[in-house]
Amino acid sequence: MSQPVLSVKDLSVVFHLRRGDFTAVKSISFDIMPGEVLGVVGESGAGKSMTGTAIMGLIDPPGEISSAAITLNGDRIDGLDEESLRKIRGRRIGMVMQDPLTSLNPLFTVGEQLIETIRRHLPLNQDEARDRAIALLADAGIPDPASRIDSYPHQFSGGMRQRVVISLALAAEPELVIADEPTSALDVSVQAQIIKVLKRLCAERGVAVMLITHDMGVIAEAADRMIVMNKGEIVETGSVGDIINRPKMDYTIKLIEAIPSITAQNPRYAAAVAKGHSFASERTGDPLVVVENLAKQFDLSGSLLARITGRRKIVNAVNDVSFTIQRGQTYGLVGESGSGKSTCARMMVGLLPPSGGTVRLEDTDIWSKGAEKKRRSKIQMIFQDPYASLNPRWRVGEIIAEPMRALGIARKPGEIAERVADLLERVRLDPVSMRKYPHEFSGGQRQRIAIARALSSQPEFIICDEPTSALDVSVQAQVLELMSRLQEEFGLTYLLISHNLAVVRQMADAVGVLHNGNLVESGPVEEIFGAPKADYTRMLLDAVPDISKVA
Amino acid sequence: MNDITPSAPKSRLARIIDSDIFYSYRTSPVAIVSSIVATVLILAAVFAPWIAPYDPFNPRTLNLMNGFTPPMSESFSGSFFLLGSDHQGRDVFSAILYGSRVSLMVGLSAILFAMLLGVTLGLIAGYRGGLTDTIIMRIADVQLSFPSILIALLIFGIARGIIPPNQRESMAIFVLIFSIGLSDWAQFARTVRGTTMVERQKDYVSAARIIGVKPVFILIRHILPNVLGPVLVIGTIGLALAIIAEATLSFLGVGVPPTQPSLGTLIRIGQQFLFSGEWWILFFPAITLVLLALSVNLLGDWLRDALNPRLR
Amino acid sequence: MLAFIFKRLGQSVLVMLAVALIAFIMFRYVGDPVASMVSQEASISDQELLRERLGLNDPFYEQFFRFILNALQGDFGISYRLQTPVAELIMSRMPATIELALTSATIALVFGILAGVFTALNRKNPAAAAIMAFSLIGVSLPTFLIGIGLIYIFAVELQWLPSFGRGQVIDFGWWRTGFLTETGLRSIILPAITLSLFQMTLIMRLVRAEMLEVLRQDYIKFARARGLSKRAINFSHALKNTMVPVITIAGLQLGSIITGALITETVFQWPGIGSLFLSSVAVVDVPVMAAYLIFVGFVFVVVNLIVDILYYVVDPRLRVGAAKGH
Repeated sequence: MSQPVLSVKDLSVVFHLRRGDFTAVKSISFDIMPGEVLGVVGESGAGKSMTGTAIMGLIDPPGEISSAAITLNGDRIDGLDEESLRKIRGRRIGMVMQDPLTSLNPLFTVGEQLIETIRRHLPLNQDEARDRAIALLADAGIPDPASRIDSYPHQFSGGMRQRVVISLALAAEPELVIADEPTSALDVSVQAQIIKVLKRLCAERGVAVMLITHDMGVIAEAADRMIVMNKGEIVETGSVGDIINRPKMDYTIKLIEAIPSITAQNPRYAAAVAKGHSFASERTGDPLVVVENLAKQFDLSGSLLARITGRRKIVNAVNDVSFTIQRGQTYGLVGESGSGKSTCARMMVGLLPPSGGTVRLEDTDIWSKGAEKKRRSKIQMIFQDPYASLNPRWRVGEIIAEPMRALGIARKPGEIAERVADLLERVRLDPVSMRKYPHEFSGGQRQRIAIARALSSQPEFIICDEPTSALDVSVQAQVLELMSRLQEEFGLTYLLISHNLAVVRQMADAVGVLHNGNLVESGPVEEIFGAPKADYTRMLLDAVPDISKVA
Repeated sequence: MNDITPSAPKSRLARIIDSDIFYSYRTSPVAIVSSIVATVLILAAVFAPWIAPYDPFNPRTLNLMNGFTPPMSESFSGSFFLLGSDHQGRDVFSAILYGSRVSLMVGLSAILFAMLLGVTLGLIAGYRGGLTDTIIMRIADVQLSFPSILIALLIFGIARGIIPPNQRESMAIFVLIFSIGLSDWAQFARTVRGTTMVERQKDYVSAARIIGVKPVFILIRHILPNVLGPVLVIGTIGLALAIIAEATLSFLGVGVPPTQPSLGTLIRIGQQFLFSGEWWILFFPAITLVLLALSVNLLGDWLRDALNPRLR
Repeated sequence: MLAFIFKRLGQSVLVMLAVALIAFIMFRYVGDPVASMVSQEASISDQELLRERLGLNDPFYEQFFRFILNALQGDFGISYRLQTPVAELIMSRMPATIELALTSATIALVFGILAGVFTALNRKNPAAAAIMAFSLIGVSLPTFLIGIGLIYIFAVELQWLPSFGRGQVIDFGWWRTGFLTETGLRSIILPAITLSLFQMTLIMRLVRAEMLEVLRQDYIKFARARGLSKRAINFSHALKNTMVPVITIAGLQLGSIITGALITETVFQWPGIGSLFLSSVAVVDVPVMAAYLIFVGFVFVVVNLIVDILYYVVDPRLRVGAAKGH
């Protein structure tokens, strides 16, 4: 029985704030064995990042490690002074952070940063260090490393940059790597690659990994064992397969339940099949929204001079996209970043005029003259970031009332207050909330306020642009359930835009797949997910880290 | 499911008292002291006509024989001068009170003018972007690299050349306010434009655009409240700079007319006698000026730290 | 790289033209050139003749063109007050201002950057707190007061340094320098300190703020996580990233030292172009004002160009394009 690489006993992290002390991590204990990948999973505020930071000794005031016994391969590393800690960081424990764009210093080449780290910890001269750096880059899968080593960070794409970051973490041959949300800032298809690279490199070198993430799908694919954290405590520990398939604690059970999987059939489809009719006969209505040959070009030429000399740079963000949304249905639009889905959304809600094509709502081209009134009163939008979609200086009541006022639905203060109270109740919030400010609410509650605002103009068609991407998994489930219920109550039609394929499969009736501005596939949800025709769709479904893909 | 939020909404006063800003205020001795000093000086200046023991500008009450009385002593004719008297027998203390009044009035008007111009242009530049933004910001950039004294002097010179001599005195104050204000608007414009560009990308602006709110109203009702924080900080520090600018111009002889002397004018007068021993004629106006600028600056500095969420 | 320089040069020319336009409008339309030149008794017809001779009745653009042509050849007209060619006046007084400005700029830059870095890295240090307090006072003290104060202490009371003038000067061709004599060097100390104080505090606060901002960035945290030494983090990574925005703003500020020296020149009776400008404003001596405006514009444009090129050299994101490949 070998000894653990990392042994943590009774680790507590406390923040001394002016309103009192806040304990971010409450006396947790766990071990990581050599060569193993331990997943640390939890929602926001669970304390998982804090744990990683504490192990590295990087907690800054007003936080402090109030108690701990952390052992690295037998050596105590808690309570060391800064100089000793510096010898451990990088040399014995490596770290991979979330955002590769900000993790690397933009003014130094990749090579300079690698060599600097190598020479700090290993007794190599300049040339030897450079050779080693090139070897690391090659190992991480970066093409042509001998010349790319002299490139600057901004010359790499996101996925490549993260490979550089991983190389940096492994540069001095550490015993343990702490990866804090290593894939969260990356595109779905790139995520899978990065996970593979990390796993392979660490397995080859016998390095243990502490993989911190909120994404259970990533854990399922990458980790061997996992610990589930909630509010600073460890709720459950065990092998990944055990916990995902047979969770024991209440919190874990609820958490797993709330996570949608891309292998789960669409519930309405399943219900229809059970009743015996084909899915096509459920929920058909007349087409409400018809999109034809929608296109958008952006001119990125820059200066006037470039435009004149003809060296223009045109980007086709959206290229000849056509689809139909039936009344009362939910149409899901999926794609990675840069696929053009947000651009489509903005064109369909009236924020961005299209370069070509039409968007028709009930046979009216929403971009034609005189259509503004109809467009404003019938189409609404729910945005991704609950923190940026509500004006922090306005009261909640004013925020919800704004569409009513602007469209003339209600004018008298009394009537407005009544309607606002009614809307708040419908989204399951106390009407007294209307006197409060957004910052007094949590992310999930804010998103509900945003939904109430969208409903206040009494629209028929609501475009939901990544409505739950910024929310915790359990909150996401609640908000999605609310959206479904409201759809039934009000007969709403949704366009659901998301990069999360599992959510789309659960919510949508029909789906369109966007890739680089082109609609590669479109059709009923179960057709697309069950029997995808396009190569890109197949690749996407394969690559997505999903909870069902337990290793 | 946390649907019902149990706490009742707080009243405005409770909100302010409990806020982080107020906490930062009451735990910072610097902020408290500087705000007290600034308040005292400002109030003294505002109420000068009622506080001043003598009217230093009424030629009939002046007695040349009272001249050059040292501080805290009695003069030739038996009047008591707290801070001494100058070469014409004017009470320095009273002169400072009235002088601060002029300095404050000019400084405040100038900065308000600069704020109005700068915030408006900044909002427009930030919201519209493109060519409008480039033009406005280029002009602002150019102006920011010219010292404000230069711009003020230039405008003063031009105004002098345009305005007929008999109107010069009455227009002098307005020209002064205009020139100081014009040299300061760029700071406001730049900051406001930056914040506007950030806020403009936020989804609550998109939400307002979707329902058809006109850009003017979006700027005023949505973006402006979010921009006021930094504006306040720059305004406070700008006020200190405006006061100093006015003092400098008056010192150089191109500021307020001699009939309405400001602290700068008093310093100019005092300089003539500094090296011959009557130090108080320069010293007290100078100290007042420095205290005024310093306390306003300290307030602005504290405000900037208090409003910056990351510095805690 | 070449395209970039051309673009900036083009913009500079445009700015200069705009400045020249304003100067010309001032020159021509503020006050009456003819009235300032002739005696009171000149008859109306004589004035008309003079007007014709000077070309004052020609169309606007013709006069403007002539103005620019003259300016390019160094002819800025004749000072109303002193009746000497403006160009001569400016040239004779320029070395004084330039030497003063350069000295002040050096002092401001060196001490400003050192103090800024020190206070950013040692936030809890009492010396740092003292420097911050001093900087606040520096921003609240008007330059003229500092000048008067310094004169009083060092020239009048202690009698260490002269209180006005440049001291002895030596001619180098048309350049008149005060750097090579003892009195010249002693004379420049007080004015240089006075002029540099405001800029020094500004630069110090700027450097400090920028450095604190940089130290909060993710790449600094990642550098710490890799175990790099404190020196490497602070002086290699943090400092380099701080300097980039500091260069722009510091450069622009320093450009304004040259033009803003006029207060200091007045207090110390330093024979530079600043004090020349001031006396010309008092009597509305338009040719001098206009020429000074053009000079200022030129300084601004040159400084901006240098700053832009420096920025381009230092920040690789401007030099090389963005990501290719995936």
